[in-house]
Amino acid sequence: MSCGSKIRERRNSRQGLDRMHEMTAPPGATAPVFFEQEQHAQAEGGTLIGFWLYLMSDCLLFAVLFACYGVLGRNYAAGPSGADLFDLKLVAVNTALLLLSSITYGFAMLEMSKDRLRMTLGWLAITGLFGAGFLAIELYEFSDFIHEGATPQRSAFLSSFFTLVGTHGLHVTFGIVWLVTLMVQVRQFGLIADNQRRLMCLSMFWHFLDVVWIGVFTFVYLMGAMR
Amino acid sequence: MRAAAQPGLGQRSQAHNIGRGSGEHGGHGSQGTFGGYVTGFALSLVLTAIPFWLVMGDVFADRLTTSILVMAFAAVQIVVHMIYFLHMNTKSEGGWTFLALAFTLTLVVITLSGSIWVMYHMDQNMMPMSPHEALQKP
Repeated sequence: MSCGSKIRERRNSRQGLDRMHEMTAPPGATAPVFFEQEQHAQAEGGTLIGFWLYLMSDCLLFAVLFACYGVLGRNYAAGPSGADLFDLKLVAVNTALLLLSSITYGFAMLEMSKDRLRMTLGWLAITGLFGAGFLAIELYEFSDFIHEGATPQRSAFLSSFFTLVGTHGLHVTFGIVWLVTLMVQVRQFGLIADNQRRLMCLSMFWHFLDVVWIGVFTFVYLMGAMR
Repeated sequence: MRAAAQPGLGQRSQAHNIGRGSGEHGGHGSQGTFGGYVTGFALSLVLTAIPFWLVMGDVFADRLTTSILVMAFAAVQIVVHMIYFLHMNTKSEGGWTFLALAFTLTLVVITLSGSIWVMYHMDQNMMPMSPHEALQKP
């Protein structure tokens, strides 16, 4: 092999990084091939830790809303208080729905790891229905409050209440939109690696919303109903 | 695709494991199992039911006792969710998820306690206002 052709081959191997595996690697190219595999391995884990960091920033968002509620939650402006408004039975049903949706999502993930498409889709659908039930009850509760005159404009307590609980509800709404999107994806393309990664991200999102709801029903509803 | 097939944060890719020479893929409880989800669900069911019962049934006459108990149950339940549903542990992603969580919790505690503390003192130093006066305000 002449010197010129060796240089050309190296240049080729640098240009076509994707084709590296197919080529017979010259002695000098061994390290870059290994490096490329390492890159892929990190990209795989990179999505999950990146999504986790997003969830942490979302956690800060909720922390600020909780702080707002903590500060303003007792300023009723002679309007209705939590004890007047909250129906704890409804909240208990809501909590149960969200908790059930968490475990059914867990079952969907277990079926996914066993590569069972239909069962995965089935559990995802049940999760979505529980989520929709949660939203329906929350919207019913909100409309009930508004009909009684307890609108967000009524007092600082109600403003912060609607902002905090509404933001959580909005998250659940987008979670359901995401869930339906992924169900379509899984139905179309099967449980491919990309879809599995997406489902894992949504899993974290969904369980995270349940964790936030623990804070909501404790600080807002239970403590509010006591006052 | 073994690494991608397991739910949660706990898994590392095979290549990484080999590079580190640690057998993290074994029986360490980072991946969701049926038993794990059912345990988590049962625990959180109990930890939800008790605070609701405490408040709805007026078990304690003292509000402070009830508040503290309810908050304690919430804290425990959050930990249960983190472990059984979000599969948190100190090892996943080389410890970075846990570090991010610890940092976030620090900020959350500062934000919450700081806001409530500062605003409570500001509220104390305001001119008193009766509910009737508050109604007249725009």
